[in-house]
Amino acid sequence: MDLFEYQGKQYFARYDIPVSPGDIAETVDEAVAIAERIGFPVVVKAQVKVGGRGKAGGIKLADTLDEVRTHAGNILGMDIKGHTVHRVWIERSSDIAKEYYASFTLDRPNKVYLGMLSAEGGVEIEEVAANNPDAIAMLSINPLDGLSLEQARTWVADAKIDDIAREQTAELLVKLYRCYVEGDCDLAEINPLILTPEGKVHALDAKVTLDENAAFRHPEWDEYRATETEDPREKMAKEKGLNYIGLDGTVGIIANGAGLAMSTLDVVNQVGGTAANFLDIGGGANADVMAAALEVINADPKVKSIFVNIFGGITRVDEVAKGIIEALRRVEITSPIVMRLDGTNAVEGRALLAEHLNDTLISEPTMLDAARKAVALANA
Amino acid sequence: MSIFIDENTKVIVQGLTGGQGRFHGLRNKAYGTKVVGGVTPGKGGTDVEGIPMFNSVKEAVEATGATASFVVVPPKFAAAAILEAAEGGITFIVSITEGIPAHDEAVTFNRLVRDFPQVRLLGPNCPGIISPGKANIGITSGDIALPGGPVGIVSRSGTLTYQALHELSQQGIGQTTCVGIGGDPVPGTNFIDALKAFNDDPETKAVMMIGEIGGSEEERAAEWIKANMTKPVVTYIAGVTAPPGRKMGHAGAIITGSSGTAQAKMDALAAAGVHVCLNPTEAGEKMVEIVRGL
Repeated sequence: MDLFEYQGKQYFARYDIPVSPGDIAETVDEAVAIAERIGFPVVVKAQVKVGGRGKAGGIKLADTLDEVRTHAGNILGMDIKGHTVHRVWIERSSDIAKEYYASFTLDRPNKVYLGMLSAEGGVEIEEVAANNPDAIAMLSINPLDGLSLEQARTWVADAKIDDIAREQTAELLVKLYRCYVEGDCDLAEINPLILTPEGKVHALDAKVTLDENAAFRHPEWDEYRATETEDPREKMAKEKGLNYIGLDGTVGIIANGAGLAMSTLDVVNQVGGTAANFLDIGGGANADVMAAALEVINADPKVKSIFVNIFGGITRVDEVAKGIIEALRRVEITSPIVMRLDGTNAVEGRALLAEHLNDTLISEPTMLDAARKAVALANA
Repeated sequence: MSIFIDENTKVIVQGLTGGQGRFHGLRNKAYGTKVVGGVTPGKGGTDVEGIPMFNSVKEAVEATGATASFVVVPPKFAAAAILEAAEGGITFIVSITEGIPAHDEAVTFNRLVRDFPQVRLLGPNCPGIISPGKANIGITSGDIALPGGPVGIVSRSGTLTYQALHELSQQGIGQTTCVGIGGDPVPGTNFIDALKAFNDDPETKAVMMIGEIGGSEEERAAEWIKANMTKPVVTYIAGVTAPPGRKMGHAGAIITGSSGTAQAKMDALAAAGVHVCLNPTEAGEKMVEIVRGL
């Protein structure tokens, strides 16, 4: 789960990482009240989970209450690359002497943590990485050892962080590492991490991705989940515990396992169709989950046929079959369903469905046959 | 021959008294796997359909001589269960649990590397391993596999592992071993580990490798194949038309560059001399052609 900037900053604050004083506003009046409270000048920042906010006019400096009113009024409701701005973050403006970059993430190939630190932070960090990789000091951290302040001190020197900022940056990195690990982040990134003319170091932006598998030990994440704005189809799917991504095609896809779901999209595409969605019912799905999946797909008006591609492993095909029968009883499925069912308890599953088969509930022997049938029905 | 396990491998099931553990543990036993015990704290002294239960892995290993464990426990407890298996003397651990926090996986993997270098972990979030006709540890439906070789299968995706087995078995082509390494960020066993073992196994004559988008394991496997592999490899990478995955901020772009896409992986594998196919059926057909030409 990606956090908004303001949530990332609030998350950082829990770990004592210095951020600019600020607060979140959903209305112009709230924005004005916050600015009055924290003092001028302030920055009004659009909260969207997409880059390029500044260039789109979503970040504005304000010296007076009238300017806050004007900017907040313009930015709230603004569309930035397809994302509507519902909230603005109002924070005390900071003067910037230097911009650094700091992040922690997983080094997948080496199965350890990777810290990245650069004295050349800011919006061009990806170009820095491509053209001048030596400007980024990489630190490999074994999860069993963690990051000590001593190591962080060596690291900031390697990264050529300005002398005046070194001790503060080293301390901040230790806190950011704690946030990354104890906070169960997939990514904890600060860009820019700034040095002010007064010699203070703090996070001017926050990019945090949380590992949703760890949600069970983070009750504080509930509020972040509440603000996840999504495609209405995705919202409905999420409420039913399904892994769904909406697309623009006409063949609704239901598969078990992300790999098979992706492969189903590939095959539909190869035989001349387009997928309306990606939907993985996950491992061990029962009849309820299967019925919910059909209901979600059925609610998408673009769908012309539904391809149910199941290869049972931990998922039992008889459970899937019961779900299909249950869904047919519960709601009127408006598109024909083409099924391909194999794997654990497939014989039992096919037997359950045998008496329900007709020209809107079709069983095909192979994945390719089923894809061709579903695409033909969608394109008819 | 088979890799990692064979007909003599003695297996315990951690979580045999749970719903999934019981269903799949008993299925593994019915397949012919030597399932010699189960572990659930507090259930020691009882049995599950004749399989003796123990309170700890250590007790189970002492009583049965098991060397492998099938860990079927919920995500919250999975990391601790894996470490308990290693501490208890197990050397081959299969973890099928989906949804283990990434940091738990990273810590567990590194603990194994540092303190238990003789232990191999398969998974987490994988379907397990099947050596057709010999042993099945995991959630794969045994009836889709065909004994006798000569193909080895290694796959990152659970359901596509079954698809790969099915495509070959339907054509009468058997498998030596089918290894599901799982798609989680920190897999205990990776493509290269399995490829090496297949390369060294005289009965495996060709290998099918099923990958998917994300990460760089396929690219690394391609490098290894180019330098070391003496047997033909057929591959399929899922996700050519998949919606773009989660963005990992700048850090993701910095680490992976252009790698991670299906196309980048297919290009790397093709350059290493691997037969790259566009869907599982095509991969199956290609493998049939290769095996018939051996």
